[in-house]
Amino acid sequence: MAENTTSSSAKRKLGWIGGIAAFFAGLIIWGVASGQPGAAYVPELALDLQGGTSIILTPTLADGESVDPEQLTQALEIIRQRIDGTGVSEAQVSIQGEQNILVSIPGTPDANTLQLIKASALLEFRPVITYGANTVVTESAAVDFSQLSDTPSATPANGSDALWVTDRVKAQFEALDCTQAFRAAGQVDDPAKPLVTCDDTLALKYILGPVEVFGLNISNATSGTVTTQTGASTNDWAVNLEFDADGTAAFGTVTARLFTLQSPQNQFAITLDGLVITAPATNAVITNGQAQITGSFTQESATVLADQLKYGALPIGFEIQSQENISATLGEDSLAAGLLAGLIGLIVVVVYMTFQYRGLASVVLGSLIVAALLVYLAVAFLSWRQGYRLSLAGVAGLIVAIGITADSFIVYFERVRDELREGKTLEVAVEAGWKRALRTILVSDAVSITAAVTLYVLTSSSVRGFAFTLGLVTLIDLLVVALFTHPMLQLLARNKFFASGHKWSGFDLSASRAAYLGRAEFRVSEVLAEGKAEKASKEAKRRQTIAERKAKEAAND
Amino acid sequence: MTSFKQIGNDLYSGERSFDFVGRRKIWYAFAALAVILAILLPIFRGGFNFGIEFRGGSEFRLTNSQELPLELAEPAIHSVVPEVAVVISKVGVSDIRIQTEQLEDVESEAARLALAEAYKVDASTVASSFIGPNWGADVTRQAITGLLVFLVLVSILMAVYFRSWKMSLAALIALLHDLVVTAGVYAAVGFEITPAAVIGFLTILSYSLYDTVVVFDKVRENTLEIEYSETRTFGEMVNLAVNQTLVRSINTSVVAVLPVAAILFVGSALLGAGTLRDIALALFVGTIVGTYSSIFLAPPIYVHLRENEPKLKSAADKVAANR
Repeated sequence: MAENTTSSSAKRKLGWIGGIAAFFAGLIIWGVASGQPGAAYVPELALDLQGGTSIILTPTLADGESVDPEQLTQALEIIRQRIDGTGVSEAQVSIQGEQNILVSIPGTPDANTLQLIKASALLEFRPVITYGANTVVTESAAVDFSQLSDTPSATPANGSDALWVTDRVKAQFEALDCTQAFRAAGQVDDPAKPLVTCDDTLALKYILGPVEVFGLNISNATSGTVTTQTGASTNDWAVNLEFDADGTAAFGTVTARLFTLQSPQNQFAITLDGLVITAPATNAVITNGQAQITGSFTQESATVLADQLKYGALPIGFEIQSQENISATLGEDSLAAGLLAGLIGLIVVVVYMTFQYRGLASVVLGSLIVAALLVYLAVAFLSWRQGYRLSLAGVAGLIVAIGITADSFIVYFERVRDELREGKTLEVAVEAGWKRALRTILVSDAVSITAAVTLYVLTSSSVRGFAFTLGLVTLIDLLVVALFTHPMLQLLARNKFFASGHKWSGFDLSASRAAYLGRAEFRVSEVLAEGKAEKASKEAKRRQTIAERKAKEAAND
Repeated sequence: MTSFKQIGNDLYSGERSFDFVGRRKIWYAFAALAVILAILLPIFRGGFNFGIEFRGGSEFRLTNSQELPLELAEPAIHSVVPEVAVVISKVGVSDIRIQTEQLEDVESEAARLALAEAYKVDASTVASSFIGPNWGADVTRQAITGLLVFLVLVSILMAVYFRSWKMSLAALIALLHDLVVTAGVYAAVGFEITPAAVIGFLTILSYSLYDTVVVFDKVRENTLEIEYSETRTFGEMVNLAVNQTLVRSINTSVVAVLPVAAILFVGSALLGAGTLRDIALALFVGTIVGTYSSIFLAPPIYVHLRENEPKLKSAADKVAANR
């Protein structure tokens, strides 16, 4: 009866693991057959295996500032829409770590796409306070701006008030040379303060008042050619804007004020990422919420700007932290090398296991194949449902996992051997060994899982991909050893070849069986030399359990 | 010749025994020497050789350039930016990689075209990229945070499982030894420290502890009732446990090292510098050092930490009296 229970429980376990594999395989086959988006038999590869460009954008922040996750998600959505707008397919945009955005694009992006990705497209409308031609500053007289006052002498009446021009702003304006780099990439200005900047041709410099209308109040933006009053179209390109209710109201108020002022304070500057694109004089009070930006646009630049405005301005400024390009051939070579290394690794492990464990190596091979199948299904499934991409670091993780998986078999086999050395029969040893091995396997796998989870939560990029594979494989290892390796041994233990301790079974320990005959008695092999025999019997005495010793002492008394 | 299996049997029964615990001074000295060398060697070599991900810089790649000579790249770059340091290497089967310090956008585009011209290839086959110096630093910062959090978590895990913080401490000391020695070997070989190498180091954490935990689990089992033992001292019992798990330790390590060696071999032979080779080297060294420490360091340190506990001391005195 007991034998049958063991055997049927073993078969049930094998059924479980077969069921799990069949379930995921079935899901994937169904996904592909019914044309689910993303479902495929072959897992998607990351850029380093298929070639492409990965761009890491990092927000430009002052020291101590941090990004709030909502802004980051918002920026991510905007960047995604912008890239989709360019027609690049299969681009991936994701948040990496606490603050970076990772953009992965197949192939090499052109300069326009790059510009579109990183431009913060912060459009602002500021009144002009004053402007002048750019002056080339040859010798920079080191002025310490922070020494100068930045507080207006009285509260300015409105955005066009000359009171905004404090000593510091004035000094900054005078020292500004548009031909030198004067803005950091992705710099974001305080909307409530005046701004000293240049126009986008770098010919004029401006002092502008605080922001009056924000780009986010734009409800739509289109590009087109400028039509003359007679309705004939010209070759000049322009961006047409429509404001939402707030924008319309603000725009109306400002144009009403500017309309009455003298030049240059009747000009309304439109800045994009801090540079003045155009600063037209107000010749009408615009209350219908429609405006047109003209300037030195080409068809292309007008379209790009209109798209950027339509898809929104990024809530934070970004700069490109790294841009990496991997050719498709290098990707293929890497994948081929990874697969080759995996195959070699698998073969040498099985050869070594055959050398060490003889017939048991067939169980190892079987277990590794089952593990590999489950890993493949898991990766294909996650690639479909979670957008997981297998990277080179991930492949390396999978190969390393061959060894780690085989390790738990060794832990188990050696435990079984330990039990055999205690004189147990194979069937008993397989069970007793399993109970002890499971403890060890659980605690050591817990170490691996802790490492994988910690690294996954706290790191980003390739480290994260590697941690993910490590964790996945550790879980599958646990599943395979419990639901495949152990039941296989249970079944094999009833097989004559293994149970008899055949030379090739891997459980042949006849070489020196310190035969354990019963409580507190040891038979010492006759072939042992005198001294050695003595030592062995002493050893046996030492190995008595407390209960056995006490029993013997009681008997001697 | 005695077979491996025979040795396994003898080690289990205690008939054959290696004195791992008793000769601990030798193993400590050996480990100390390795750690000192691992610290001194990189200093003599002028520090770690950090990859472009840590230094920041511009990089150009020529694809499908099997037959093309490497020397053409340097004059091409110098025609655009004179006197900039240029590092040229072959990556993969058919790529040439040219690294320089970070160039301006305009310079970088000009250099790309100059390379295409020098090699007489289409400009589209030359890709340029740049990596800001913060990237590698970001990865490292995250890795170090991850490392610290992991160490705290895993110490708690081990302390709870083994019900002894001294085992955690012994395992952590052994782990520290593994990390320092591996980093030292990595620097001595002169490979670039890349994010892939950092991944390799992080995996050592997990593997080195895995190995130690397997040994400690047997130690825990053998020493459950050690206070009552009249035949073996605590140290001797731990030593028996290490001997009993020796075959297992060797087998698990060999099996863990074999696939890593396959990656190292295939990575270096086929791909040259890159993710595979960097991860594999760190892991290869780390696994071997980790095996050494889980047999020769962690158990003796554990004995060292505990043998002076009054209970164990009196038990040891009793054992001595019995002999």
